[in-house]
Amino acid sequence: MTEESADVVLAVDALTIAFAGQDRPAVNGVGFALRRGRVLALVGESGSGKSASAMSVLGLLPDTATAGGSVRLDGEELFGASDARLRAVRGGRIGTIFQEPMTAFTPAYTIGWQIAEAIRAHDVRTPRRRVQERVIELLGSVGLGEPDRIARSFPHQLSGGQLQRSMIAMAISCDPVALIADEPTTALDVTVQAGILDLLRRLRDERGTAILLITHDMGVVADLADDVVVLRHGEIVEAAPAARLFAAPRAAYTRELLDAVPRLDRIMLTAAVAAGVASSAPTAAAEVDGATIVYGTSWSRGRAPAVTQATFRIARGSTFGLVGESGSGKSTLGRALAGLIPVREGTVTVAGVDLTRASRGELRRLRRTIGYVFQDPASSINPRLTIGEAIAEPLRLHTRFGREERRSRALALLDAVQLPGSFVDRFPHELSGGQRQRAAIARAIALDPELLIADEPTSALDVSVQARVLELLSQLQRDLGFACLFISHDLAIVRELAEEVAVMRAGRIVEQGSASQVLGAPGEPYTRLLLAAAPVADPGEQRQRREAWRALAEEAA
Amino acid sequence: MSSSSALTEVPPPPVARTGGARRVVRQLLRDPVATGAAVVILVFLAAAVFADQITALTGQDPYTYHQELLNAKGVPIGFGGGISAEHWFGVEPLTGRDLFAIVVHGARTSLFVGLSATIVATIIGTVVGLVTGFFGGWVDRLGSRVVDVMFGFPVLVFLIALMAIIPTSLPRPPFMVLVIGVFGWPGISRLVRGQVMSLRERPFVVASTAMGARGGHVMFRQILPNALATIVVVTTIVIPSMIATEAALSFLGVGVPPPTPSWGRTLGDAIAWIRTSPMYLVFPGAALFLITLAFNLFGDGLRDALDPRTVKR
Repeated sequence: MTEESADVVLAVDALTIAFAGQDRPAVNGVGFALRRGRVLALVGESGSGKSASAMSVLGLLPDTATAGGSVRLDGEELFGASDARLRAVRGGRIGTIFQEPMTAFTPAYTIGWQIAEAIRAHDVRTPRRRVQERVIELLGSVGLGEPDRIARSFPHQLSGGQLQRSMIAMAISCDPVALIADEPTTALDVTVQAGILDLLRRLRDERGTAILLITHDMGVVADLADDVVVLRHGEIVEAAPAARLFAAPRAAYTRELLDAVPRLDRIMLTAAVAAGVASSAPTAAAEVDGATIVYGTSWSRGRAPAVTQATFRIARGSTFGLVGESGSGKSTLGRALAGLIPVREGTVTVAGVDLTRASRGELRRLRRTIGYVFQDPASSINPRLTIGEAIAEPLRLHTRFGREERRSRALALLDAVQLPGSFVDRFPHELSGGQRQRAAIARAIALDPELLIADEPTSALDVSVQARVLELLSQLQRDLGFACLFISHDLAIVRELAEEVAVMRAGRIVEQGSASQVLGAPGEPYTRLLLAAAPVADPGEQRQRREAWRALAEEAA
Repeated sequence: MSSSSALTEVPPPPVARTGGARRVVRQLLRDPVATGAAVVILVFLAAAVFADQITALTGQDPYTYHQELLNAKGVPIGFGGGISAEHWFGVEPLTGRDLFAIVVHGARTSLFVGLSATIVATIIGTVVGLVTGFFGGWVDRLGSRVVDVMFGFPVLVFLIALMAIIPTSLPRPPFMVLVIGVFGWPGISRLVRGQVMSLRERPFVVASTAMGARGGHVMFRQILPNALATIVVVTTIVIPSMIATEAALSFLGVGVPPPTPSWGRTLGDAIAWIRTSPMYLVFPGAALFLITLAFNLFGDGLRDALDPRTVKR
């Protein structure tokens, strides 16, 4: 980055952040310049120091952190500035957008009240009337229809996308020169994400707002960023304009990061196809026929079903992908297959047993043939048990193995998921996210299941780790021959892993068939919209996809 | 998919492999308030256990009358209610019994009743909270209504009435433990229930069910260990109120019968002597104040130590 410094809004220099109790600084000598009308992306995996860097700009680091270096906003040094000055900067000169729009608003007040408060915090003298008008105007400007209704709504009455737009309206309420967007779309569905990214792009182009984008998603970077700074272990690996970075990454780490991103256009057939493709195989590992699932007890009628009339079968040894946005009912179906949720209508058969008619004892016995891998390994393993105990829990429940036998099986399982045997006595918090998910997989395969249900098994992991966990899953499938229900919102991953795919929307399966057909040449407009909304890690291609998405979105509207 | 070796998974910074307990103790030792409170608690516990040996140091016991140390009106002669080398806290008005021995032996009554009642209350509260929180449905509705009734109940009035009518042949302290404990569990149960209800939805609990675990296994192996920290903290915070209840009952004359020393009864007696012999009120009062404060501060420190989010600089 060598251009003239006149446009520089925010200059960060030799930033170093250390947390108490850690020997290595979280951020070490990071410097970058955010310029007017441009989007600078800070990219990195968890622990790379990208969020800490951004929070230090606002002086919002936790008490345990000590920061050094310099942060200048329009030439004014922010480090060591008075609290009053910092408060004026926060929300006034620099707006912030957080990752979780659902938790970033106070549930007790309306959206309009909260935005009005943000305006009044920086200019008390604005007449109430004028503030109200401004709130409506802001909500309208972030592409929310019916801004009056939104202003009157409480956070729980709005969707994630609407809340994130409101959050952006609040962030720009004082016409900031810079916006800090900390993973602004990570908690949102792809189709919503595409709209939010479009809005951020418009803010940059129309208002000339400088945007500091923090993300781990190379697709988002390709979609929005003008400049990219790649961080790893708190140090800059590479800094370059986006076009150059994606076309010719110089640092080996950047190349690896880009290679690790699963791509929709890359067709890869997994070896498991051989077993599964003969879909006329006589036995299905699992079969769902006309299943309707309603949450709540039988007297709460009138409630919309979470799943309506779902029908599909998973062939032995094959992978079935279930895709859809949040709330589409895909996880509900997964839980129903494990017998965790009662099915109102239809049948669910696993390994020849109809779950809807099975007694509690039968259900418990059946569960030894089902393995379940959850989304977040941090919460799916009991923090009070050692890894060895956690992995051996299915053995404890379903076999007569003694303590020693369980331990030796746990060691064998750790080996199967490529973790060192020494982990057997560790506690979950002593492992990294990827290692924990491997342990969770080891637990799921402990009894050699017939069906493995993987509910977003990698969406809480970094891309590089994600790729290797998926690799492990397909390798285990080849070795053990289990069928897999793979639930995901990530079409690229499903395309790589699954032989058959079903697309869900609002509790219904809208399209299903072979993965290459459904995700390669989709028949349903909704599937096409989903595909177009998923960003790819290539700015040129992403521009085309964006156009395609806009056309489809308009068509749908 | 890439399988390049350079992208090694970085484990979180190595945490010393210590069981939770050792970490908690270390955290507590770093907190001067909690450490001080722990010392006070230990001193009182030692006093309760070794009450006979301690009072033997001055050659006193809490039962012997020393009329020679009182004037004609029954007021102790000398400074601070008769403080001397033999009688460190002075003597009791009217009887002349050694106040130091009474206070030290009183710790025995206070701590025995307070701690035992807490154990009774914690066990009942934990079981009820665990069962109602875990099973939900009608079990929860029934359990919660019982707790509501208990909360609305005029417990102290009922306790006084109950203590007043029980036959004197029954041993008083164990009976007090039972009664105070049985009326002290609703708060604990409500806290445990809330904790269990949020734990019940956690993925690792669902995972255990998905693996085919029975209710009992999920409840005791998955949920209870994770709720233990809360239970321990609540317990330490409940202890002072149990001690105070014992003192209140004894103060009102329905607690442990004389001549067994009890701070509450001594305080009750001391009210009548407040003008003539104020130190009679001060010593047992200070003891009661110190031990309840110490348990409260210790519970507070323990909560901070058990919660990894409240790491101090």
